[in-house]
Amino acid sequence: MTEKFEPKIVAFFCNWCTYTAADLAGVSRLKYAPNVRVIRVMCSGRVDPQFVLEAFARGADGVLLGGCHPGDCHYAEGNYKTLRRMRMLERMLRGMGIHDGRFRLEWISGAEGDKVRTVVNDMTEKVRALGPLDLPGKFKEWDKEMEELETQVNSGPAKGEAVHAR
Amino acid sequence: MPDKPKVAFYWCASCGGCEEAVVDLAEDILKVVEAVDIVLWPVAMDFKKSDIEARPDKSIAASFINGAVRTSEQEEWARLLRRKSQVVVSFGACANSGGIPALANQFHKEDILKFVYEDCPGVDNKAKTRPQTECKDEGRTLSLPELRETVRSLDQVIEVDYYLPGCPPTPKVIMAAVQALLSGKLPPRGTVLSPDIALCEECKRKDSKPADLSLAEFKRPHQVLIDPEKCLLAQGLVCMGPATRSGCEALCPAGNMPCTGCFGPTSRVKDQGAKFVSSVFSNIAPKEEKEIDAVLDGIPDPIGSFYRYGLSKCLLRRKLN
Amino acid sequence: MSDNKQKKDALPRVGFYVCHCGTNIAGTIDVAEVQKYVSGLPGVAVSRDYKYMCSDPGQELIARDIKEHKLERLVVAACSPNLHEETFRKAAAKGGLNPFYFQMVNIREHASWVHTDKKAATEKAKDLARAAVARVQHHRSLDKKRVPVDPNVLVVGGGIAGIHAALTLANAGKKVTLVEREATIGGHMALFDKTFPTLDCAACILTPKMSAVKSHPNITLWTYSEVEKVEGYVGNYKVTVKRKPRFVKEDLCVGCMECIDACVFKEAKFRDKFNQGLGKRKPVYIDFPQATPKVVLVDPETCIQLKTGKCKKSCAAACDRNAFDFDQKEELKELQVGAIVLATGFKTYDAGRDPNYGYGRYPGVFTALEIERLVNASGPTSGEVVLRDGRRPKAVGIIHCVGSRDEKSNKWCSRVCCMYSLKLAHLIKEHSGAEVYNFYIDMRAPGKAYEEFYDKLLGEGVHFIRGRVSEVSDWAMTPDEEGKLVLRVEDTLAGFVRRVPVDMVVLSTGLEPQTDAQEVRRRFNIGCGTEGFFQERHPKLAPVNTFTDGIYIAGACQAPRDIPDTVAQAGAAAAEALSLIDAGFVELEPNTSHVLEEECCGCKSCVPLCPYSAITFDETKKKAVINEVLCKGCGVCAAACPSGSIVQNLFDDEEIFSEIKGVLSK
Repeated sequence: MTEKFEPKIVAFFCNWCTYTAADLAGVSRLKYAPNVRVIRVMCSGRVDPQFVLEAFARGADGVLLGGCHPGDCHYAEGNYKTLRRMRMLERMLRGMGIHDGRFRLEWISGAEGDKVRTVVNDMTEKVRALGPLDLPGKFKEWDKEMEELETQVNSGPAKGEAVHAR
Repeated sequence: MPDKPKVAFYWCASCGGCEEAVVDLAEDILKVVEAVDIVLWPVAMDFKKSDIEARPDKSIAASFINGAVRTSEQEEWARLLRRKSQVVVSFGACANSGGIPALANQFHKEDILKFVYEDCPGVDNKAKTRPQTECKDEGRTLSLPELRETVRSLDQVIEVDYYLPGCPPTPKVIMAAVQALLSGKLPPRGTVLSPDIALCEECKRKDSKPADLSLAEFKRPHQVLIDPEKCLLAQGLVCMGPATRSGCEALCPAGNMPCTGCFGPTSRVKDQGAKFVSSVFSNIAPKEEKEIDAVLDGIPDPIGSFYRYGLSKCLLRRKLN
Repeated sequence: MSDNKQKKDALPRVGFYVCHCGTNIAGTIDVAEVQKYVSGLPGVAVSRDYKYMCSDPGQELIARDIKEHKLERLVVAACSPNLHEETFRKAAAKGGLNPFYFQMVNIREHASWVHTDKKAATEKAKDLARAAVARVQHHRSLDKKRVPVDPNVLVVGGGIAGIHAALTLANAGKKVTLVEREATIGGHMALFDKTFPTLDCAACILTPKMSAVKSHPNITLWTYSEVEKVEGYVGNYKVTVKRKPRFVKEDLCVGCMECIDACVFKEAKFRDKFNQGLGKRKPVYIDFPQATPKVVLVDPETCIQLKTGKCKKSCAAACDRNAFDFDQKEELKELQVGAIVLATGFKTYDAGRDPNYGYGRYPGVFTALEIERLVNASGPTSGEVVLRDGRRPKAVGIIHCVGSRDEKSNKWCSRVCCMYSLKLAHLIKEHSGAEVYNFYIDMRAPGKAYEEFYDKLLGEGVHFIRGRVSEVSDWAMTPDEEGKLVLRVEDTLAGFVRRVPVDMVVLSTGLEPQTDAQEVRRRFNIGCGTEGFFQERHPKLAPVNTFTDGIYIAGACQAPRDIPDTVAQAGAAAAEALSLIDAGFVELEPNTSHVLEEECCGCKSCVPLCPYSAITFDETKKKAVINEVLCKGCGVCAAACPSGSIVQNLFDDEEIFSEIKGVLSK
């Protein structure tokens, strides 16, 4: 009996808009999928593309970035920087084989609790359909091609030394 | 008379430029040769694998290994030298982060082989013959190394003690490292042997960079007459300088070409390409999606541009299936 | 196992608390399971669950545990940090722990209240708790900076907004300096005859306030002055003001105006800006008789003495106060203030930009401000509504929305033009008996008693035509149109194009930002919206604050606005300033960013990113520097630094990377 695949989605929500909207969704008792793990930042502009890549590399099946609508950023223009960076990151992710839909940028204002619900539900289903990404699993799989030689050549003292540096 | 420390040089998936960099030490190479006993240097000397295998473990003071690791033979050599050496120095961009060979991580091994042996224009191979790892001929067995699926940096295969950055590392950087090794005054294990500060620090064009840069378009070097004095990024060229470690004295900008990032990132950055994107695209002018996209179109190969030397070290490591 | 214990010893000791919140959390999440799970994580010394963590006993439990178990970090899994982060930070402080060694986990608003699957919600709570425990171990001890606030205030702009703000602040006991660019305060309101909808006499309601400003012991009035430079930050601004020379000593002149009569120019012959060019003045003049301060000034462009040095100076001779000083120089004065209120007002749309309306080409075309001066009893024609050649108009056309609601010029609605067009229609009819036609797109009458005013006008015989006038021309098609200005307009309610011949055309020009609004806003380090008006911090929640702490905006400099709203907003800005000053100090959140000086390579990538101008480039050291007092902690620079040399407190790379790893790795 195969268990239904439950995607793991890491979300970066800006404090003033999206995080507040998620709080509002909670206060309003709206119901949505439990697959998202929110990391709070003060501004979507704090989100370094490295964070998005790290989330995927650590096992996220999807990454959601939530910020204020353009023009409404609490810090004036942080979200424009986010938009510019992430549009380039999207191109790079596509080039590396990470499908559109796994990485998603949404503008959600502090009053849009319901949008949090719809976005999370929608993204969960879309990522579920794309299947697991499981980069940590893939890293292990890709490194299997080195296993045979590893034991062969490294069967000297202190095997613990010959660990993959990563 | 105490034995001179033993030193080994090896090349994995390499262009030979790092070997030339050693030769580029010019007169300084004599100092090196005097002080050490070179026990392996395939480009210049005739030592065999069996010579190295015969040595006791950790009898080589330092091995300088350049080139990315793509084949089983390179893996084998890397592991062998690790066992036989006290210190392993990852030499050059390919060993440090995959280098140019790692750009192959954007493609699958099958696609590469198919192109090279079948689809490439000019290839006449109706039988679709591919290289094999083993071949029997008149009772003898010939072998070729196995081509791996993934191009790796050296430290993704063995433990590395120090990193010499650059494509290739400059003579200045190499001499400094060799002298440190010989004197025993070494920084903590894992250090990259070059200042931990980005290239703009050394670049003569730094003062001309405006403090309010807002780029409206990107140009490629062949599309523009490059002003030899002005900051290259300010001229709309993709200069990786701000995201790249210094130590090379900004030779490329001095030669009127933008930095392509071969010294890798500083120690505070996990993914050089991603950090550069974070920085440069924060400073573009447009706010509307369409206009932003138009500016981004000025960089037709982002992965090749931002991960030119570091795709093995990209947090994603390679293109997925 | 032994590895774990070793790890535990090396890591800071974490106290973890999961709140039941009654059944709000515990009804969906198995808090006992979470508590048990976290107790096994590396570094966790104490793991508890409790019914109401935010209650007094809950907070005391934390304080006790910190002391007894020598806790070095604190994690509470409960409601949203936006609710209780401060509460638990204070609890930590009570226990002797730096309040920023605390991390909160949201398992109520983000979990128990939004998920129905209890197992999934509990797993989510465990993931989030694990991440917080990993993150908090990277936290560093931080302190909130306290910065004292100077109680003095600067108000820039002496229109009705600035006047009201200054009076409010002065009445509260604060020392206010009011700086005004023109020679008198009063702003645009001083130009008007009557104000809508009450048809109050503008001067009657304005002049008492102007005198109050002049005589108030707490207000220093500097007219004919401009702010040159602003330095510093909230509570501690250093402002340089340039006082332009009047060539008359302000403290000696009593405004008797004998000098104007005595001037060698027997006739006034120079363009009078106050009267919108409809009147003339002499080189020595006063804007209007009630000008405040009541001091004349000399125009260096037209005064013979100032231009050639060779005048008999009959003005100075006529002055028995000896107030003239032709050697007076510009003065630079410095002020220290804690708060600044900007009330720099607006300018009207330049009617010449719409060539199809013929302003400047046809003498019969006037702007609304010119009509204000005409209908004014103390204006250039003593209230007579006449054309430039002195003739009385028999028909007047008023065109609404000139330079407003127009894609070719300004897209916005200027809010006051419909109302003042109605007012002018009424006044013109009253003063001249002419037929008045108002050409409008929509009639906007949103304020108190505004709609009723429109109603009144409907009953006064003013003609209303709903259509946008396409052109004004003097090209007559019929004998009736000879010598007239013809307005061509589509009468949209009637459904056909009309030609309406009139003698006088009034262009209801819209409100725009001042010409130098961009320069001024940069000088004060605030933002502007895309239209060029000063940017408020939040259109609904903070309409008089700006993104720069300590600088407030009021009136039409923020957006087109009528007098009632302007006065209300000026009061609001004064209240905000008082709120800042009376607190005495400003406490700054410590989630600011700083540049690692040794690591910075001087690439300047960060400098243009900060909307608060907190990042500057030190030309001597060739490194970027962040003023932590100005920094608001958004973290954009930290993300953008290409060599990783900017660190944001509480949100640094290490902390966030550990959180990412924590939520994903079981």
